[in-house]
Parts: sequence; structure tokens; C-alpha cells
Amino acid sequence: MSWALPKEVEEKVDSLVGRYPQPRSAVVMVLHALQEHFGCISPEAIEWTARKLGLRPINVLELVTFYPMFRREPFGRFHLRICRTLSCALAGSHQLHRHICERLGLNPEKPGPQTSADGLFTVEFVECLASCGTAPVIMCNETQHEQMTIEQVDKLLDECRCKCRTERQGGLAAEHGFEP
Amino acid sequence: MKQSQQSNDPLASPPGMISVTVDGRTVLVPRTMPDWQGRQVPTTMLQACELAGVTVPHYCYHPKLPVAGNCRMCLVEYGVPALGPDRKPVRQPDGSLVIKKSPRPAIACATPVSPGMEIYTSTPTVKLMRQSVLEFLLINHPLDCPICDQAGECKLQEYSVEYGRASSRFAETKVHKNKQIDLGPRIMLDQERCILCSRCIRFTRDVVGDDALGIINRGSYSAIAAYPGTTFDNNYTLNTADICPVGALTSKDFRFQMRVWFLKETMSLCASCGTGCNIVIGSRENCIYRFTPRQNDAVNSCWMCDYGRLNYRWIERTDRLTRPGGSKLTSPDWEDAINGIAAALKKAVPGHIAIVASARLTNEELYLVRRLAQFLGAPTDCVPRSGPADNLLLCADRNPNTKGAQLLGIAASPPGVNLPVFARLIRNGTIRSLLVFGEDVTRHGITADDLARLDFLAASDIHTNGTTAVSHYFLPGCAHVEKRGSFTNVHGRIQRFEKAVDPPGLARPELHWLRELVCRVTGQSMGGTVESVFEAMRAEVPAFRNIAWADLGDHGVATHG
Repeated sequence: MSWALPKEVEEKVDSLVGRYPQPRSAVVMVLHALQEHFGCISPEAIEWTARKLGLRPINVLELVTFYPMFRREPFGRFHLRICRTLSCALAGSHQLHRHICERLGLNPEKPGPQTSADGLFTVEFVECLASCGTAPVIMCNETQHEQMTIEQVDKLLDECRCKCRTERQGGLAAEHGFEP
Repeated sequence: MKQSQQSNDPLASPPGMISVTVDGRTVLVPRTMPDWQGRQVPTTMLQACELAGVTVPHYCYHPKLPVAGNCRMCLVEYGVPALGPDRKPVRQPDGSLVIKKSPRPAIACATPVSPGMEIYTSTPTVKLMRQSVLEFLLINHPLDCPICDQAGECKLQEYSVEYGRASSRFAETKVHKNKQIDLGPRIMLDQERCILCSRCIRFTRDVVGDDALGIINRGSYSAIAAYPGTTFDNNYTLNTADICPVGALTSKDFRFQMRVWFLKETMSLCASCGTGCNIVIGSRENCIYRFTPRQNDAVNSCWMCDYGRLNYRWIERTDRLTRPGGSKLTSPDWEDAINGIAAALKKAVPGHIAIVASARLTNEELYLVRRLAQFLGAPTDCVPRSGPADNLLLCADRNPNTKGAQLLGIAASPPGVNLPVFARLIRNGTIRSLLVFGEDVTRHGITADDLARLDFLAASDIHTNGTTAVSHYFLPGCAHVEKRGSFTNVHGRIQRFEKAVDPPGLARPELHWLRELVCRVTGQSMGGTVESVFEAMRAEVPAFRNIAWADLGDHGVATHG
């Protein structure tokens, strides 16, 4: 089996399980830990979790398919979460979403998260990001961007691309042994 | 006056009872009633309504499953006695209780009753709630009743007619899901028809102990599923098709075979093991289409195993014996056959004749075999059958009437222990005549060569077999679905079953020709019905004493064995 869990992740899972009176209560936290490590939750991860917590795989699959924050496919390098709850919706978050989708070649009408063809961006609507006073709000990975406009969105996307290019060069440099 | 008021006071019920009023009718209900596992728990509004004779529609509630309370179909309105500032019930000037109606409805399946409670199941609000629940359930329902196997026994159809709106107001596009999911070897799932009541999930998790099903995705996309790569394959999967209130889970064996309203329903028993699950046989034009479990809390609750349920195709096999025959019978005539066998038996010498009877025969038939054996001085035995048992219903004893054969003295102890003895006694020439009823002894230690040594061999069975092939006389018998009678299950419960279909050709129930044989050989007279043979049996056999045929009812009684 090619699927393997590093020792430190398993140790983290064990400590999570230890926090609850019953192992099965830890299932959501365990899935978060696995997703954090692998980027998404694979069938192997579901089966491993079920074995670990004394559940049947279907019990875990129910959770993974129910909660939108669990993903079964890897996401892009940059995860754009666009708030669509009242304040942001009124302040134009739907226009921002449409603009981003069109720039990235995605279908703005399609529900659920979508990843751009180059694998760089995953775009999705989310519910309230708790920053209604500075609507519309977009989260790029773990950074919150407030009072976004079309121009700022364009700038954000360019920055992300730029950052990615640097990373790649860095990676190539490390691989081929030259200074970037 | 005060006396009668006191006795009518809903708060002064006998101990262990609660007085509740359902749609204006006051009834006394037990304070606690058995839950799905039989534990005493507070009586629910739904149970109280049933006791009052008022039907509360429901989908997810099933008396033999844990309560889920998710379908909301059983919503009712209710009120409880109003309490004054002194925490005492407020009374009208005439002494009756002031009822404070709850501002919110409650699900009848999961709300316990309390003394003096009033339940309203036919108010405009309740009617509107039922209409609304049905309207929501039908939003994404495909309405494919014309091709749905559940049609005719579908709760969605029935409640729509009784409580629903005539037309839908849903103008949007329905969510489409998978209509043909091969859930397991015997079950097909149509996710579009599913109303997500979760009965199947609870059944397989809590009753069978195989937590194989779940609800994946969410909102309108929710669907029943097994884990990808696994199949829903325990020995009880077909019960989920029974309890599915709609056509989502269907039996691969039964789907598209027959419209349920054409089926004749016959009260019967499963004969595939010693448990004796109560069943209903669905047949039409002399053809059996399905077995479904019939509730008997003393035996099988509401369930039966897949093995027993699907074990009926052999009845229609083409190698059925359809007429009397054998090397000494010139024409396939019952009269000649009975006369021939009776004549041979009259010449048989006690000590030189033995009888092998099947533990698949009924109590009444085995009683006739007993009469014959007693008259002839013949030792008897049965052929034991066993297989792996499980922890729910399937029993290791795969004969339906081993206990009956034991109580009647036909089966040796343990059953089958005499068979090698018979074989030896045939080989050394002691046993010269052998009667075999409903078994093939050549598969159980008595070889065709042994049988060839006999002066006389008469056999009966349902199919041609190695014994009937070499017998001097053979008689065609009936499957249990083709006759009436009773079996005694492994726990000593005697239960009766009725005839569903006619036997093929000239085949006749064993009871008929065994009785003729007994009368002819012994010279005694005896009634020819199942009831009269049963009467004779209970007069003679201590285990059946004090049990009348009528006492058996639909659910049977315990023998004294």
C-alpha cells in the first residue's frame, strides 16, 4: 500500500482521540488533521480513520460528504473563499466571484468549489467570514482581504501568480543547485 | 355526582395507567410500553393513538426499530392540563380539567404521553402539516409509480391519497439521482424514490449489527449509499425492501415480476430452518412470487432471513414427482398404489420393517407415520440437516419440524442416529421392508445396493431421487406451500400454515394418503382433515395435550414438550 501516515501525524491523531470520552467523537478533528497533512481526504484516509476510531468507512464517508470544508480532491495552491452572506452579497461579492471565475476560466454558475486548469486556484463561495463591517471579504488561504474591488482582486490574483513563479524558480534552483 | 366526576378524572387513573384523550375520546393507556427491543419505556403519543384506534401516518417510525423522528409525518397537536400558581391543575366549574394547548405541534412517535394529555390528530393545522410534509417529500420524487414495484403497497402513494394535495406547486427542476444502484446481491436502490427515513440504516445497524448503509451528501442531494467498493450483503438485506416505505429499496428477486395487488396472500411459515419464521406467501395463478415476513413477536419479530425468503424456486422445478409410480405399479393410479403398499405392509413382520420419515413433514403427517410405525412395530428415524446458524433468526437445524418429530417419537435421539443402524440391519438381512417418507436415504448412508436387498421398498418425495428411482412404489408428495398443517419449531412452539398453491399433477398432500394407508393397514377409521388428525394427535401425544387446532391462531402456541 502506497498510502502511509507519517509518525508525527499519527501521534497528533492519537492526542486528538485522547481528548474525547469515546474515540468516535474525535472523527471530525481527525479528518481535519489528515486533510491538513494530505491536502484532501482520500478513500485511504477515510478507511484509515474508520479503522482507527472503530467505525465503518460509510460512517466516515457520511461526514466527509456532509461537511463542505472536507475536500475529496486536492485544492489549488491558492484557496479563494468569497463570502456571500448578506453584507458581502450587498457589497458586490457575487460580481467579484463572477470576475474571478471568468479570469480563471471557471463556470461562475456551477455550485461548489472549482479549481482552475493550471491547478493554482480553487474558488468557492463561503458563508459569513465575520467581517461584515469591511465587506466584501475574500480569504486567500489564511489571509483575509477586506473591502475588495475588481481592481484589488486582479492585483491579488497577479500577486499569487507571481508568488507561485518565485516558488517554482526556488524549487528549480534547489533541484539544479543554482541561486535564483 | 361527585363520585362519577372522580371516576372520570383523567388524573386519577389506575396504577400503571395514564388517561389521555385522542380526538375527544378518552382512553386508558399503559404508562410504559415496550420499545423496539422490548424494554419498557414511556408510552408515546403514537402508541396511545393506536390504542385509541386512531391512525397517525408515519414513515420513519417502525415499532421494531429505534425511533429516529426525522420524517415529521406524525406531527400532531396536543394539550396538557393547565397548572395554577399552586402547581395544581386548574379545573372548570364542573370539575373538568382546563387544557392548555401547546403552541407547537409534536412528533407523535417520540413524545411521551402525560396524564390528562389531549391529542388532536385531525385539526386543520395537523391536516395542513401533513399536506406540507408530503409536498416536500414529493419535491424531488420522480413519480414513476407506473414502473415502480412498490406501487400498491407504497406509503407515499397511500398518504398522498389520504392526506396530500391534489397537485404540486413545485415549478422548478427536480434533483436527479441514481436510479439503479446495485447495493448488494439481492437489493437494488433507487435514490430518487428515497425519502431518507433511515429505516434501512437503522435496521441493518441496530437489528442485524452490520452498519453497512449511510446517508451521503446533504440537502436535496442526500442519498442512501453503501461504502464504495463494498456490497450490502448480510443474510437479512431483503428486510430493508420490506420496511422501505417507498420503492427505493427493491428485491432483485421480486422486482418487475408481479404487481402486488394481484398477489393472493397466504398465511404460512418458512420451512428452511427450525426457527419457523411466520411468513406471508404471495402467489398468483398457482405460481409463487414472494415470501414476506409476518409479524410474530414470539418468533421472528417482523423479519426473516434472505436464505429462507428466497428458498422457494425449487417448488417449481421440472423434476417434481407428479404421479404415483414404482417398479410394482403398472398404472399411475393412487388407489392401486395405496392398495399395493397396504397389502405389502400387512404381510410385513414386526422387527423386519423400518421407517425413515422427514422432519420436513407436518406434525399431523408425522403423527400418522407414528400410528403406522406403532401398528407395524417398526423403528423410525429422521434425516438431520444442519448448517451454520447466525445470531438473529437462522437456526443450525435446517429442518422445520425436528422438534415435532422428536415429540412424536419419530426422530431418534439425536435425530439420524438410527440411520447407520438401519443400513447395517438391511445389509445383514434383518430389515426386509423399508418405508421412506420425504427423504432420499441414498444420500444419508443407505446405498442403492442396500435398497436392492429389500423385499419391499415404498418411498415418497417431492422430487425424483435415488430412493424413489429404485422403490417398488413411490408416491408424489407436496411442498409445505401446497398443503395445510403445523410445524413445531426448535423452541417447541407449534404453528400452523395454510395452502397457497396446488400441487402439480396427481401429487397429493402426505396427510391424505398417509391417512388412507393407516386406515387400510390398521383397519381403524379416522377423519381425513388436518383438524381431525390434529384432534387424534392431541388426544394421544402428551406434548400436544390441551392444544386445540383453533388455539394455534395466527401465531401458534408453546407445546408442553
